[in-house]
Amino acid sequence: MSSSQESMEKNFFKQHISQRFNVELEEIHRKVMVMGGLVEEQLSEAIKAMAEGRMELAEKVVISDYKVNALEVQLDEECTQILVRRQPTASDLRLVVAVIKTITDLERIGDEAERIGRMALHFLELDRKTGPIQELGELGAHVCSMLHSALDAFARMDVEQAVRVAQQDIHADSQYEVIVHRLMDQMMNYPETIPRAMDVVWTARSLERVGDRARNICEYVVYFVRGKNVRHTSYEQMAREATGDRR
Amino acid sequence: MSLMTTEAATAPPPDSPESPRLTPAIPSFTRGATTRAAGKAPREVGDEVCLKVDDLKLWYGKDQVLKGIDMRIPCRQITAFIGPSGCGKSTLLRCFNRMNDLVNGCRIEGCICLDGEDIYSRQVDVPELRRRIGMVFQKPNPFPKTIYENVAYGLRLQGVRNRRALNEAVERSLRRAALWDEVKDRLHENAFGLSGGQQQRLVIARAIAVEPDVLLLDEPASALDPLATLKIEELMLELKDQYTIVIVTHNMQQAARVSDFTAFLYMGELIEFADTDTLFTTPANKQTEDYITGRYG
Repeated sequence: MSSSQESMEKNFFKQHISQRFNVELEEIHRKVMVMGGLVEEQLSEAIKAMAEGRMELAEKVVISDYKVNALEVQLDEECTQILVRRQPTASDLRLVVAVIKTITDLERIGDEAERIGRMALHFLELDRKTGPIQELGELGAHVCSMLHSALDAFARMDVEQAVRVAQQDIHADSQYEVIVHRLMDQMMNYPETIPRAMDVVWTARSLERVGDRARNICEYVVYFVRGKNVRHTSYEQMAREATGDRR
Repeated sequence: MSLMTTEAATAPPPDSPESPRLTPAIPSFTRGATTRAAGKAPREVGDEVCLKVDDLKLWYGKDQVLKGIDMRIPCRQITAFIGPSGCGKSTLLRCFNRMNDLVNGCRIEGCICLDGEDIYSRQVDVPELRRRIGMVFQKPNPFPKTIYENVAYGLRLQGVRNRRALNEAVERSLRRAALWDEVKDRLHENAFGLSGGQQQRLVIARAIAVEPDVLLLDEPASALDPLATLKIEELMLELKDQYTIVIVTHNMQQAARVSDFTAFLYMGELIEFADTDTLFTTPANKQTEDYITGRYG
């Protein structure tokens, strides 16, 4: 077991000589989980609103996005304070960097949820009958589960799980392409449906982006635990870096 | 634990980041599986090794202070030694110009080579060794003489009498030490009239006046305020194109700021020696990690 893996065990936040520093690091880690939980809730409610036509849920999602934004700003400030006051190194530094990056992606996922919520608000019952609503629901469920597992990997700093979740993005991408193909057929055959179909395209696109961002979070987990930057690499390379020797 | 090798890095060349992308009819959002992030490869100690330490053991009386150190210090780079008090980092530094010879009951085994020559061999002329390997201490220690005479001192010891040669050497050294502009109008005033930071730079000027190969700095900035500290650090970066610099510091941020390589010592052993960026972001050893993150060892 490498030193970082050992160090992420439950004692990670208890070993600093400075008790205050322990508390600060534990606090940002905890708040990422709070923010992640909120974003997950926003996303699943937006998808439900879209699939089932639940207007009250869509409205709730749209007016709740500010909470996600506020948490991002707050966490950003706390991370800046840690950088300036503690000048963290090694795994502490990597944790702070991973948190700063993760909250950016979480905030963007929050934005996508809000966008889906807005589209659900002017989605018609007719669209729900003719559009690829079942496929959208499946893509939504898939990226929701990716986000959940990515956050779980982050909570436990579990690289193996991070690699597995990142690979699920392949499936999200292909689901997205199926939906777009189907909508393109529909738009060619029934041009009058184009304005409505575009909403569905944007929704599918938002969901697909959520999958990408969940994958990003997995990459930050690998960075924290292994110190390896696996962004813009292949899944194979990511798996190698995550499981192989640290040097 | 792996020590740095003397072989040059043989990392495979990274894939070209500009590999052409095929654009499918429908925009594909699948992640590219071809491009490799152009990450910076960690530096390695190259062929040019200045100081080579092999299985160095040192005792003060019965206490073993260094327990078999192997290390390669690269030429014209800054190498920092970090570690808790009593870990042996200053002792190791002092071995490089045989300062420990003066300590009663000090016994040394193993080998230190400067450019391939064993500095502990009987043939070594110790004053000449100390000319080639200069040392600067924590507390600035100018001689109770004028600024000019402080810098000229080593040259006078070497027998340089020519006034012009001395003037030139003094000016050159003070310029190299980034002190000339501050003292050029009062070269013949007493050195104790300078501030602590200026005194420390004067001592560095004195060390480089005799054209050494190596500068050993033992906590050179710990008695200085932050601005004077930054000036010393800036000076080190200026000087490293000409001299090999080894610095002992308790200030880890200082090691991270100025050094190219960092050695972490603990209880008389070399725990980790690595490229500074690597050591401070992804140390390979748990003890290093605990020390630099401020955890209980």
